[in-house]
Amino acid sequence: MNLVRSLGTVTIGFVEELGRLAAFSAHMARCVITPPIRLRPFIEEVFKLGVLSLIIICVCGVAVGAVLGLQGYNTLVTFGATQSLGAVVGLSLVRELGPVLTALLATGRAGSATAAEIGTMVATEQLDGLRMMSVDPVHFVITPKALAMIVVMPLLSALFIVSGLFGGYLVGVHLMGVDPGSYMNSLQSAVDFSDDILGSLLKALVFGVLVGLIATYRGYKSEPTSAGVSAATTSTVVIASVSILIFDYFITALWGV
Amino acid sequence: MNRSGTRDLIVGLFVLAGLAAIAYLSLSVGGLSFRQPGGLKLYADFDEIGGLKTRAQVVISGVKVGEISSITLDKDYRARVGLNLDAGLKLPVDTSASIFTAGLLGDRYISLQPGGEETLLKSGDQITFVESAVILERMIGKLIHNAGVDEEK
Repeated sequence: MNLVRSLGTVTIGFVEELGRLAAFSAHMARCVITPPIRLRPFIEEVFKLGVLSLIIICVCGVAVGAVLGLQGYNTLVTFGATQSLGAVVGLSLVRELGPVLTALLATGRAGSATAAEIGTMVATEQLDGLRMMSVDPVHFVITPKALAMIVVMPLLSALFIVSGLFGGYLVGVHLMGVDPGSYMNSLQSAVDFSDDILGSLLKALVFGVLVGLIATYRGYKSEPTSAGVSAATTSTVVIASVSILIFDYFITALWGV
Repeated sequence: MNRSGTRDLIVGLFVLAGLAAIAYLSLSVGGLSFRQPGGLKLYADFDEIGGLKTRAQVVISGVKVGEISSITLDKDYRARVGLNLDAGLKLPVDTSASIFTAGLLGDRYISLQPGGEETLLKSGDQITFVESAVILERMIGKLIHNAGVDEEK
């Protein structure tokens, strides 16, 4: 009986949390279309979330592409099908690894920082200060952060994929001696614009929404203590990572990308 | 330039780099093309296309001259393959199209052999001389069947 009751408590808590997140998202959506448009903080956030993540994204992209090239070559060489290496590297990067790894990296690099920043603002009562001056903190502080995350994610994902293709080319062609023409050729004939590239961008956009919402929400609702800020950061990384992977499965299952 | 101006410039460059990456993926890797009109569009009916896919190559003497734009089933249950060829390519009307395989397990592609007629194919014309894909299983089946017939005699 107790077990069933605690299951009920957990379920109700989960649904309540989901409802609060939905209300928070609706509030944020209203803020996006309500003037004044806060362009300056938005650009600052694009710089912090996007430009500063650029190096980690490109380095990881090249490394992942290089590993894919190596693994793919070693598997394909047993079938004498090394001319399909471009297709292996390209399809894995475009459909799965590009958007997913970019989102996971951005969660760790930018999402946690966003949650910690907002959480600290809550703990030091800066958001309450804004409210006292009748400035909506969601409009002023939080919306630009979430919006920047949504805009930045597809761009970072595309850059990750291009770096990965470069890494795969580097290992496949220069290290393993695959013919450069057949690498590019199998890459170009395997990857399709409407099937693969659009699906990849859709995934990145959905992940951007997920990370942006979860990071800002966890920060905004954090306890106003130092332990609360650290809990908000941790739960952002955990919840965002898990939901990225779960959503990835469902997007792939529903739209076949 | 003040500090926020520099920052704006860097953000602008970042967004441009991201958009350039998306454009590269779409246009070069993904094969999205905006120059649909202008190319030579032909079609050919095959009895069997094997594993031919859209965006497969069309070659003449091994040189890529275009790609497969569409594969549909026509009313006689033959495969109607649309070919999107480079603009400016001049092909006589008795050009023939064959489906080949690159290597034993490689991709299918179409090879064109230009004929000797004076009149040229126009966009929307049909290539009448076609050679279907060779299906390995069917050939082996035929071989076994023929061998069996020989033994009975």
